[in-house]
Formats: sequence, C-alpha cells, structure tokens
Amino acid sequence: MGPKLKTGGKSKAFYWISENIVTLIFVVFIVFGFAVSKGVSINFFLNELSDRIFRNLFLVLSLIIPVIAGLGLNFGIVVGAMAGQIAIVIVRYLNIGGITGLLLCFIVSMPIAALFGYFTGKLYNKTKGQEMIASLIVGYFANGLYQFLFLFVVGTFIKVPKVHPMINPNGIGIRMSIDLLKAEDGGLKYALSNIIKVPFMWAVLTIAIVILALLAFRFLNNKKHGKTFTKGQQIAFTLNVAASIAVILFSIYAIATKSSLMKVKEVPVVTGIVIIVLCIATELLGKTKLGQDFRSVGQSQSISEVSGINVNRTRIIAVMISTVLAAWGMIIYLQDMGTLNTYGAHTNIGMFAVASILVGGASTSKASIKNAIIGVTLFNAMFIMSPEIGQALFGQAMFGEYFRTFMAYGVIGAALALYVWKANTKGKQSLDSKEE
Amino acid sequence: METLKDREKFSFSDLLKRIGIPTLFIGAFWILVLIVGVAYDIPLNTMLEDTIKRAGMNGILVLAMVPSIQSGTGPNFALPIGIVCGLFGTVCAIEFGFTGWGWLAVSILISIPIAVVVGYVYGKLLNAVKGSEMTIATYTGFSTVALMCLAWLMIPFKSKKMGWMMGKGLRETIQLDAVDAALILNDWGSFKIMGVKIPTGLLLTFGVACLLVWLFFRSKTGIAISAGGANPGFARSAGLDIDKGRIIANVVSTVLAAVGIIVFSQSFGYAQLYNAPLMMAFGAVAAVLIGGATAQRAKVSHVIIGVFLFQGLMTTALPVANEVFAGTDISETLRMIIQNGIILYALTQVKGGGK
Repeated sequence: MGPKLKTGGKSKAFYWISENIVTLIFVVFIVFGFAVSKGVSINFFLNELSDRIFRNLFLVLSLIIPVIAGLGLNFGIVVGAMAGQIAIVIVRYLNIGGITGLLLCFIVSMPIAALFGYFTGKLYNKTKGQEMIASLIVGYFANGLYQFLFLFVVGTFIKVPKVHPMINPNGIGIRMSIDLLKAEDGGLKYALSNIIKVPFMWAVLTIAIVILALLAFRFLNNKKHGKTFTKGQQIAFTLNVAASIAVILFSIYAIATKSSLMKVKEVPVVTGIVIIVLCIATELLGKTKLGQDFRSVGQSQSISEVSGINVNRTRIIAVMISTVLAAWGMIIYLQDMGTLNTYGAHTNIGMFAVASILVGGASTSKASIKNAIIGVTLFNAMFIMSPEIGQALFGQAMFGEYFRTFMAYGVIGAALALYVWKANTKGKQSLDSKEE
Repeated sequence: METLKDREKFSFSDLLKRIGIPTLFIGAFWILVLIVGVAYDIPLNTMLEDTIKRAGMNGILVLAMVPSIQSGTGPNFALPIGIVCGLFGTVCAIEFGFTGWGWLAVSILISIPIAVVVGYVYGKLLNAVKGSEMTIATYTGFSTVALMCLAWLMIPFKSKKMGWMMGKGLRETIQLDAVDAALILNDWGSFKIMGVKIPTGLLLTFGVACLLVWLFFRSKTGIAISAGGANPGFARSAGLDIDKGRIIANVVSTVLAAVGIIVFSQSFGYAQLYNAPLMMAFGAVAAVLIGGATAQRAKVSHVIIGVFLFQGLMTTALPVANEVFAGTDISETLRMIIQNGIILYALTQVKGGGK
C-alpha cells in the first residue's frame, strides 16, 4: 500500500488499469460485440450466459486452492475431470439414474480423483518451480492413459457384454459418445439442474438482496469492531450498495411489468446452492489450520518448512482437494450437457477454466472466488459474442470460432507473461536497491 | 573377485547414466516392437523405410530444440511460431505460381526473414519472463496458431490450388502434388538398398542442417550462448551478453522450425494449415529428450539419436499394434503416453525452482 499512496491521482488510475488490463479488454470486447452485432437479443444472451455460468463455475472454483498453496494454475484439473467421467461411465453402465445415480457419481468419483490428485501432487513436488507446464503435460499424459483404459482395457481385460449400448459393437472399448438420458427416464441428464427451477429475474433479485445483506452485515461488523474504511474501500462500498439496490429495483420492475426478461430460461436452484456451498467451504477452509498452511506454503516454502509445516504434504493435499472438486465440477457440467463425449469432453476443460479465472483478475499467486465469478461471466460472454461478431464484421461465423480459441489461448499467455514480467522487474528493482 | 564385481556394477550404472534412461527405455521398446512385428510377418524393410523417412522429415523440427535448450530458455515449446512462418512461406510461393524446386527455394527464402523477425520478438518476450519460459512459450505458440487460423481464413489469395471450392480462405490441407513439389527432396538421388528406399535428398538436407548447427555452436557466438545457458552468473561476470545470446538462439530455433516444416510438408505431400501445428512442439521436445538431452543441455547427436528412436518406435508401433490388437487403434494412445511421459520425466530432472 505504501508506494501506491505516494503516487498522484492520475498514475493511480493508470495503476488500476494496468492491474486489471485483462479484465478490461474483455469488457470492452463484449460491449463492442453488442454494438456491432444487431442479431443478438438480450434474452438469447442471458439464456446462454446463465446456462454456461451454472455449468462451469464449480470447475473454475476448483482452481483456487492450488493457487493459494503456491502451485500456480492447475491445468491438471483435466485429470479430475477424467475421474468424474470415469464415475459417470461406471454409473451409467450400471444403469443407475436420477438423483441416486448422480449422488453415486459424486461418491464414486471421489476416491478416484483423490488418488489421481495424490499422484499429480507427488509429480508437482518433483517439478517445483515448473508446476504449470508439468500440470499441462500431465493432462496430456493422463489423457493417453484414459484413452488406453476406455478404448482398450475395457473389453480386453475387463469383460463387458457386446450388446451393452455403451460398448462398441465389436465388444472392445467405450463408444465415442454416451447419451446420459433424461433423469425422468432413469438417466443423469438434468438430474441436478431440474430439481428446482426459478425464473431468471427472481434469481437475480434474490442474489442482489443477498449481496446487499452481506454488505450491510460487513458494514455493521466493521463498525462494531471500530474498523474504518480507507477512502478507496469507501468508494467501492458505496458503488456496490448502489449497484445492488439498482438491480433489486430493476428486477422488481421487470417482474411486476412481466417484461420480456421474464421469458429468459429458468435457473437451476440446486446447482446454485451447491456452488454457494463450495464458495462458503473455500472461505471457511481459509480460516482453518490447513488453510493457513496453504497460504504460508504459498508465500514461502522455506519459511514454512522452518516453522514446522510439512510443505510437500500440504501441497499434495491442495492438489487432491482441487482434483476432487474438478471431478465433481465435471459431473455437474456433464449432467447439464446431457451427453458425454467420452474422448473429448475433458480435453479443453483445463484451458477454459484457467482462462476464465485469469480473465476475472487472478494470477499465478492470487485467486479468489470473486475472480472466478467475474471471470466465468466475462469469458463465457466473450464465447457467446465472438461468433456473432465474426458474422457481423466478416460475414463468417467460422471467424468467431477461431477468434475465441485465440482469445482463450491469448489470455492465458498474456496474463501469465504480464504477471511474470511485472514480478521480474519488481525483483530486479529490489535487487538493485539492495546493491545500492 | 569382489572388486571386479563392484567395478562391473559401477561400469554398468555408469553406462546407464551415460546413455540415459529415456534413450535406453525407448530403444529397448523399439527393438521389442520390431521383433514382434517380424513375428507377425510385417516386412522389416517397410518398417525401416518408414522409419528413415519419418525421421528425416521430422529431423529439422527436432534440431530446432538445440539452440533454445543450450541458451537456457528450455525446450522450444513455441515451435509452432516458426512453423507458421514456414507455412506462410509455402502458401506465398504457391500463390506466386512457383512449382517444383522453385517452390522449395522461394518458400524457404520468404519464410526465413519472417522467422528472423518473429524469433527476435519472441526472444525479447522470453527475456522478459525469465523463470517461466516453458509455460509462456507453450501458450505463445498456441495463441500464434489460433491467430494464424484467422489469417488463413482472411488471406485474399487467389490460387485455385489452395482455396475452398466456395467461400473465402485457404483449405486445411494443401496438396503439394499440385505444384509438383511433393517428395521433391525425398526423390532426389534416392536409391534402393536391400528393399529399403533411401530418401537421399531428405537425409542430406537434415545432415547439412545438423552440420550447420554443430558448426554454429563451435563459433564464438555459439560458445557464448552455450556458456550463458549453462552458467548465467559465470557468463555474466565474464562479460557475455546473456540476453542477446538467448535472443539469437531463439531466432535460430525459429528459423529452423520454419525450414523444418517446409521439409516436413514436401515429404508428407501436404501442407497442413489451421490447427495442425498446434501440438507439433511436444513431439519434437520428446524426440530430443529421448535422444539423451535434458531440459538444460542438448547436442546435435541427441537430435539424431532421438528422432530415429522416437519416429522409429512410432512408425513401427502403428502397423504392429494394428496387427496385435486387431480392432483397436491404440498407436495414437501409445504416442500420447510415451511422448508426454518422457517430457514429464525430463521436467522432474530440472534442478532448482521452488521458493
């Protein structure tokens, strides 16, 4: 905080922009998208966006703990996603559906993911300092093993009946794509999403009220403890309160006048609750001894070692938690998709999740729930808008397809490079000042 | 007696260390696959012929790993950057109407200056992100490929040999037969020996490239680059400009990648655009590591050994696996496991890191 206060107002704004440049680029892009493409209705946009947020947020949240523990962005959540898929395949194979089937998926995936997480954690301990590239490669490596299991071992070593609808006609290997069937028909599709649904605007209203309540709670709590806000915090606080009141008023207006926004798809409540529970659990974990260990290992491994923390063990636990959460996230994702693309569903999960959280303002050394939520929203908004922009500007939707891939890769490369570059120049400066 | 036994043991472990576990493992595995292949009546000469061809066509791409590893920036995971430069040269040469040897020469001549400029910028980037080169290189490569997808789609080229039947943009694969350039190097001076066709021109090209890189690392600049990569602190105190060395090395690496993909394409018969270059770096990295290189040290000999072993294993594994495990296609799966397993093993051997 010290040096930041010294700088004048103008450079403060500059500092803020440079800190949030990746997020800002995405905001500008989406606004630009709305400006140029006239075909996108707000309802279509919100439909897609709310679907995607509920589908992906759990997965993205699974990235937070490894970052806090100093492992960087865990591209290895792909391994967790595979564990989730293995569980789904087992449960579908046994033909157990509905909410029982879904719960069974969660239970079955847990030990598998924990085991995978243990091994990847061991690997990261052997590749300290290069965890991110290792996590990327371990995803590819595990994909090979996964294919080996489902294309070859199933049917060759694990005997399965040829006639089972999930098995290839020649009796070896799992089919390319598996229909999860609707929950009502004894499948897994929408097993979680369809339990309770509420209209979109009601959900927005509820969330806004909860946020306002949280803000009020924080305000009172601070007052009780005699803590005062800094000026910046005060501005942010006022803005947040104003925004939530505006959203509340707007949604009441929309509900009362039955505006076209009421036609936006209904929102899956239980998925939402599961996500909120995960958010709270992540917050609470931060307050336990383990959470403190994560933080101190993330800050300095040598100091943690001296103060009696088993660094390697702590890191492995962080990876295991992340991997199990990724497995569950993948199950939530797939039950909402309705089909399991056996050999493709997981491959891009790591990249999209990492890109999302980076867009939300995370870096290799800090990540929060806020980053995840903002990131998932912006990244998916970009995903929805870019084919439209491609169509509007160049008359080719294909352009948008390639463009969004570029944005996903580009944001990871740029965000990481910017972060390391800043850290390096800072390190150099402190080194120089020491030499003086 | 005991001392002799000890010495034998020692010399064996010494040998193991000298050759390296990945080299030994892959080598043994390849021989095993060859034996199984022969047992299943797959003609040995076809397997060897394919091995030589695949090794020759991938050789220069693998060679591109040497400068970057030696300079200390690690294996060049951003190989696709150079590859798209080469592909750009290829499509330009076709657009300008060159065929045959003219196509080959013009492709290379166009791609080299572009690769130099791009490699320079890339080298600058790597100097800014010291310590995290590998991850950032990977994503720089990925985003370049994605960006070039847009370029292939938008480029206003007119040649009928490259466009879609309808709509804008270039095709995903461009047949080099159409410009009389497919196998142009492979067929130059090729001859048969014991039923194995030797692609003389291809091997010569690879050989010359190896020689040039070998000579480069015996020049003053090359030695300075190696020194900077091996011991930055010492090199700095000796007055060497490490950052400059890293940039030069990555320029060389990018140029090799550009030339490498042109040689690759002519042997393959097609130039593959769009997402084809995306994962090419990993195969090349695995090959040089199999040859005995580490993430910090690599020699030309590692490239030659590695590319023959890795491509040999991959090309023979395909027909053998199809024969042994009829009804499944696990050769691609096998490639993923071996390739990425080797890279992971190398990463665990990287010293240092951690806070």
